[in-house]
Amino acid sequence: MYWVRGFKIVFEKFMNDIYRHQNEPWWVRRASGIDQVVRYAGVLSILFGVVVLVVLFGQALIEGFPRLQLEFFTSFPSRIASQAGILSAWVGTIWVIVLCALMAVPLGVMTALYLEEYSSRHLLSRILEINIANLAGVPSIIYGLLGLGLFVRLLALGRSVLAGAGTLALLILPIVILATREALRAVPHSLREGSYALGASRWQTIWHQVLPAAFPSILTGIILAVSRAVGETAPLIMIGALTYIAFLPQSVRDPFTVLPIQVFNWVSRPQQAFTANAAAGVVVLLGITLTINAVAIWLRHRYQQKI
Amino acid sequence: MLAKDAVYARRVGEYAIEVLIKLAAFSSIVITIGIIAVLMTETIRFFQEVSVWEFLTGREWTPLFSNKKFGVLPLFAGTAITSGIAMIVALPLGLMSAIYLSEYARERVRSILKPILEILAAVPTVVYGYFALQLVTPLLQRLIPSLSGFNALSPGIVMGIMILPIISSLSEDALRAVPHSLREGSYALGASRWQMVFSVAVPAAFSGITSAFLLGVSRAIGETMIVAIAAGLQPRLTLNPLVPIETVTSYIVQVSMGDTPTDSLEYRTIFAVGMTLFLGAFMFNVLGAWLQNRFREIYE
Amino acid sequence: MNKQFITGAIVVIVILLGYGVMSRSDTNNDGSDAGSREKSIITVDGSSTVFPITEAVAEDFQKTDSLVNVTVGVSGTGGGFKKFCAGETHISDASRPIKSTEADACKASNIGYIELPVAYDGLAVMVHPKNTWVDSLTVTELKKIWEPGAQGKVLKWSDVRASWPNTELHLYGPGADSGTFDYFTEAIVGKEDSSRGDFTASEDDNVLVQGISNDQGALGFFGLAYYEQNKDKLKLVPVDDGKAENGAGAILPSRETVEGGTYQPLSRPIFIYVSQAAADREDVSRFVEYYLDQATKLVPQVGYITLPGNSYERARDKFKKRTVGSAFAGGSQVGVTIDHILDAR
Repeated sequence: MYWVRGFKIVFEKFMNDIYRHQNEPWWVRRASGIDQVVRYAGVLSILFGVVVLVVLFGQALIEGFPRLQLEFFTSFPSRIASQAGILSAWVGTIWVIVLCALMAVPLGVMTALYLEEYSSRHLLSRILEINIANLAGVPSIIYGLLGLGLFVRLLALGRSVLAGAGTLALLILPIVILATREALRAVPHSLREGSYALGASRWQTIWHQVLPAAFPSILTGIILAVSRAVGETAPLIMIGALTYIAFLPQSVRDPFTVLPIQVFNWVSRPQQAFTANAAAGVVVLLGITLTINAVAIWLRHRYQQKI
Repeated sequence: MLAKDAVYARRVGEYAIEVLIKLAAFSSIVITIGIIAVLMTETIRFFQEVSVWEFLTGREWTPLFSNKKFGVLPLFAGTAITSGIAMIVALPLGLMSAIYLSEYARERVRSILKPILEILAAVPTVVYGYFALQLVTPLLQRLIPSLSGFNALSPGIVMGIMILPIISSLSEDALRAVPHSLREGSYALGASRWQMVFSVAVPAAFSGITSAFLLGVSRAIGETMIVAIAAGLQPRLTLNPLVPIETVTSYIVQVSMGDTPTDSLEYRTIFAVGMTLFLGAFMFNVLGAWLQNRFREIYE
Repeated sequence: MNKQFITGAIVVIVILLGYGVMSRSDTNNDGSDAGSREKSIITVDGSSTVFPITEAVAEDFQKTDSLVNVTVGVSGTGGGFKKFCAGETHISDASRPIKSTEADACKASNIGYIELPVAYDGLAVMVHPKNTWVDSLTVTELKKIWEPGAQGKVLKWSDVRASWPNTELHLYGPGADSGTFDYFTEAIVGKEDSSRGDFTASEDDNVLVQGISNDQGALGFFGLAYYEQNKDKLKLVPVDDGKAENGAGAILPSRETVEGGTYQPLSRPIFIYVSQAAADREDVSRFVEYYLDQATKLVPQVGYITLPGNSYERARDKFKKRTVGSAFAGGSQVGVTIDHILDAR
């Protein structure tokens, strides 16, 4: 019954907003009216996204429910739908994502720091900026081609966790850089100047003032980037992760598979029983993403500083 | 240890960090060189057999059929329609969401809604692809009976939904970075909230919003799985969103996963096509960077 | 210590780290010695058509031997051969024979291969269940429908056979890059990849099933395995190849007709290629023998059709003798018999 009460509250607020300006001049009422329109347009936009999410998640939950049992998580894939599980897939996802973040985040943050704090606006850094913006727009599948050529062939890493993590790290690097740059730009210069005025060196200012201030926004960028990496399929297909694997990686040199690829594999199978497996896989995937987001939000709240 | 030793050590450490950071920054150039190297070698071999003119101006793309035509325009048309529809959906919705979250919503509401929106960006593209094919297309077919099973409209809309949180989140961060002093100045001059938003906050956050927009477009152009699943595999030179088309990215996936021997002209088409996409995106981004720099505002 | 020294030191450290990562890459995934029983990995890759069979064999094999891990990739027949000829995989799944360019690449890297047929794949032609007028199709009619010249011209069922209604003809098929499409066009139109372009193509056969089952005027083709799983949504069409020697009249694809060789020309053999070097490994040779052993049981389970008679025995002999080379002149051919494949060389 909460939503009936919620609806009542919204409705009362709406009527209140209209009556509040009853005795005011027409231009105030018009402004207030447009204000309402903008507000509700915003709410509806968000609601649209939320509805889509609910439909997606709900449908996956309904279809996948019969398979969401413990043995689904502890079984390897199989040609028999009722025995096929996601063990190798979710373990592989965790291996790849953790490694990918370890590679991409330091590199990305350092690059953004260089561009914002260390470089003067000369030609070289302009080239760098354009370069990064360009990389952000490269289709994920081209990173797959690059990963294949660089990690799998040139560095002879084979279709290993390391190759997969590296490919994904290259993919999300521009996102991390761009988001970090925006975060760093948002830190007011007065903060930096105050720090310098007190005698701090450049790195001290960055480490003690700028980074902590920009941290929540940097985290937003990292969350979006890592969430994207979790769901990426195409580049990993290119490096050969579309594979039946019935064992867990023991080292970063071992072959692997990830959840989205396992789901993709199951949806293409002729036996209809696999759609339940695929739906259950989707639920798990969304669950992992939710967890990543929740952890990041908690971190963001803890370290939120008001500038 | 004397004070001057401590200062010396710190200066050394500082410099070491600076070198490390510079190295990190140039890694991005190494990546670009890598991409160009990988693409270039095969592209050159491709163009030894197919003329650049035919490639860029031909209107038919049939490299996998026995009667081979290598005009890439149909693939670009496919990418253009799907990305265009995606941006038409994502930009207004994303911007309005951002405005609502940063200007109108209470902190508690915002802290609940923002993460929910971010999850939209995390949904795997495979899921979105099947969502487009099996839910959105039948739904649209009821509204538009002539809509075929594979089309550009359905993946376009779904891509827009996927990009929405990118635009919303980054625009919102940009809006929140606008100092309150600017807003308060606007209110002091008698503006209502929406007037403040559209004449002060949004223009002030313009560089961040443009950055969000560019990132969104890039994402749409480069998206692979959603179009591979829901848009079809029929390259055609059209702007009609109701018929099957093929985009650059779904073509690359199709050939990579298929049975073409990897040392053949057909296989090399993916490099040629990828290279063209890469260069096109490059020119687009140069334009974007220039625009951004013109409008960037530095506070205080 | 001055600035140059520090810069140099950092660059050297970074390079050393990089070298460290790279030099760990000598241990590749076929480095286990046959004597000691440590965990070993067998790498298989290639066609998505052969994948279900190899996966089934791998799954059961790993249950019998927990020290051997088998990975089965789906890079496509072409992608599989590239990796195979680069020495990255031990076994290549292939829905078509090795092409001459690929054979040359293998020769250049000194990789000998043993070609083993493992099953038949039947291509089924299907229409909507409510399609009452079609009870058979001849190869000539199929060619009329699918040849390049038909684009824009053969648009209704009455264009195919005058006695049929003039419902619109909607075509569905696998994408132009799949082996299934290559084979169908070669068998029906006479030239590989020669086809009209205006059909609904999809790499995902489930999508084709959905398309055909919702469209009364639909006609499509794909692997028999997908038909078997969706019998209630589709109507199978018997095909008449006009040759009385291998079965007169229109033949429905089934276990018997494909195995017996009467469902022509739309049945094709599918293969695995085992590298000579890998065959010398004890675990790989055990795996291949297990494969050929269990094929009669597992192949039908995943929707394909077993080879006739004692073909598997003869394949096992061929493997034991490590006979290298391909029976094909370097490309797919229509109507090759199993005897020809197994007796070559």
